[in-house]
Amino acid sequence: MKEFLRRFARNKAAVAGVAILIVVAGMALSAPWLYPDSPWDMVTEPFLLPGADAAHPLGSDMMGRDLAAGIFHGARVSLVIGIVATLVALTVGISLGAIAGYYGGWVDNVLMRLTELFQTIPAFIFAIVLVAIFQPTVTSIVLAIGAVSWPPIARLTRGEFLTLRNREFVQACITIGMGDLRIIALHILPNALAPIIVTGSLMVATAILTEAGLAFLGLGDPNVMSWGTIIGAGREVLRTAAYVTTIPGIAILLTVLALNLVGEGLNDALNPKLKNR
Amino acid sequence: MPRIVRFLAWRLLQAIPIIVGIAVFNFMLLQLAPGDAADVLAGEAGGATPEYMAELKARFGLDQPLPVQLGKYLWNVARLDLGYSFRHNMPVIDLILSRLPATLMLMVAAIALALGLGVLLGVTAARHVNRPLDTVISVCALLAYATPIFWIGLMMILLFSVQLGWLPSSGMRTIGAELTGGAYALDVTRHLVLPAAALSLFFMALYTRLMRASMLEVYSLDYVTTARAKGLTERKIAFKHVLRNALLPMVTMLGLQIGSMLGGSVLVETVFGWPGLGRLAFEAVFQRDNNLLLGVLLLSSLLVVVVNIAVDLLYARLDPRIEMS
Repeated sequence: MKEFLRRFARNKAAVAGVAILIVVAGMALSAPWLYPDSPWDMVTEPFLLPGADAAHPLGSDMMGRDLAAGIFHGARVSLVIGIVATLVALTVGISLGAIAGYYGGWVDNVLMRLTELFQTIPAFIFAIVLVAIFQPTVTSIVLAIGAVSWPPIARLTRGEFLTLRNREFVQACITIGMGDLRIIALHILPNALAPIIVTGSLMVATAILTEAGLAFLGLGDPNVMSWGTIIGAGREVLRTAAYVTTIPGIAILLTVLALNLVGEGLNDALNPKLKNR
Repeated sequence: MPRIVRFLAWRLLQAIPIIVGIAVFNFMLLQLAPGDAADVLAGEAGGATPEYMAELKARFGLDQPLPVQLGKYLWNVARLDLGYSFRHNMPVIDLILSRLPATLMLMVAAIALALGLGVLLGVTAARHVNRPLDTVISVCALLAYATPIFWIGLMMILLFSVQLGWLPSSGMRTIGAELTGGAYALDVTRHLVLPAAALSLFFMALYTRLMRASMLEVYSLDYVTTARAKGLTERKIAFKHVLRNALLPMVTMLGLQIGSMLGGSVLVETVFGWPGLGRLAFEAVFQRDNNLLLGVLLLSSLLVVVVNIAVDLLYARLDPRIEMS
């Protein structure tokens, strides 16, 4: 663990990514405390420019809603949806990949055909269809993003399981009569986890981009404020008040960038042999 | 070329279960969607008697058991009959085919941009590895990789249309202008520049990073050392020897990314009012036109299958080591 942290800390970009993520997480956690009122409330005059009023540092949109409140509450929505959707994808992907890789044969064949099917359907359009059919709520958005994101995890897990399955320690487990579930969960999975963690951290970034895209199209949960929603609304006043669109876009960019940097840092730290390419 | 024909036939045969799977999946989604065609029609008419509803359901075959409906659906899909859009008052397939060329044009332009510039930037970065030029390119690629596609589109409109006034911000042609021939092509091209650039940016970043890594990998191979030893110039080594082999992973990537690009085109077409498949999907969502929405999903999946077969063919052409069997 110490060795891992030392290697991770050597990658300055990854450390910067962690710093940005801490700020975003801090915004998400402090939102209900700093901005206890709904970010949808009109609190000041419309089109207040950023920096013009210290009480509303990022200004206000066309409805007089505080943009800073929207950004803080949006951080909550982006992070929660990004992380939970990734957990859903990881659960589905790891389960199917582990079963396919461990049992092989026709089970593997059927599951990989299913994975291929899901990989053929364009992910974002599929997510649009799912959210549109089940109505946009935080739950349906999380499940839709999870449903379109699991195939790469399943393939990765299967590949790891295929190679690990024939290793001696697994054969030893089988010989002493250990149950399949126990072998899969306690003996093979921990050894396959490193690349899965890296892919998972990058997947959070993709999930946040997908959520923002859905919200921009008007498929966000109408009860929560999302960065994509602010951009979608700000688009109407792009020519007169561009900052309403610009600010949340920068928030998305920085968060996604930070997650990508952390993902690459994790990759370097977990697979030291691949470094210095 | 009987070998190519045999390869193509084999790939098409392999694609059939996938296509059937997608169609079955689409049918399940249609079943899950609240309200069927009869409900929609009744809603349009502002209510209907139960007798009329029953008659409508019978007319659409909605009163029959699910397996029968599924069979009919698959038979219809096989004949490319994707149902009827009551909002647009025309068959879904006709609507989709009328919008497909605009999307294909956008995607071809975006792929050309992303691939061309991505390869160029990746090669440049690899040739200057760990020097300032490499750092600049890598940082830009990292930023572009994290930028939401719809947001960069809006920023481009702000800069190039609103501030500078260089390019049109929306649509596919100047409305009201009766242009023909070269003037018409130029007009469409001017409208195409911003959406294609916005759509390509993410993929350009991806290709730049991939190309850089791929070039560096090939650079470490023995035959490159041989080429150096016999006194070839660095330029010749980079473009004649390394580039060719480093290009192969890009071709694979292109096939993998086509679905993701179709998704991106929904956002880009919405931002720029580009009259393609993506905008049709967006309209379908807000008109609650499930038939149309699922038709777009089905057809874009088919497009992914077709492009992947084309990529396999291209791959076999580029790399003679790959057996076309």
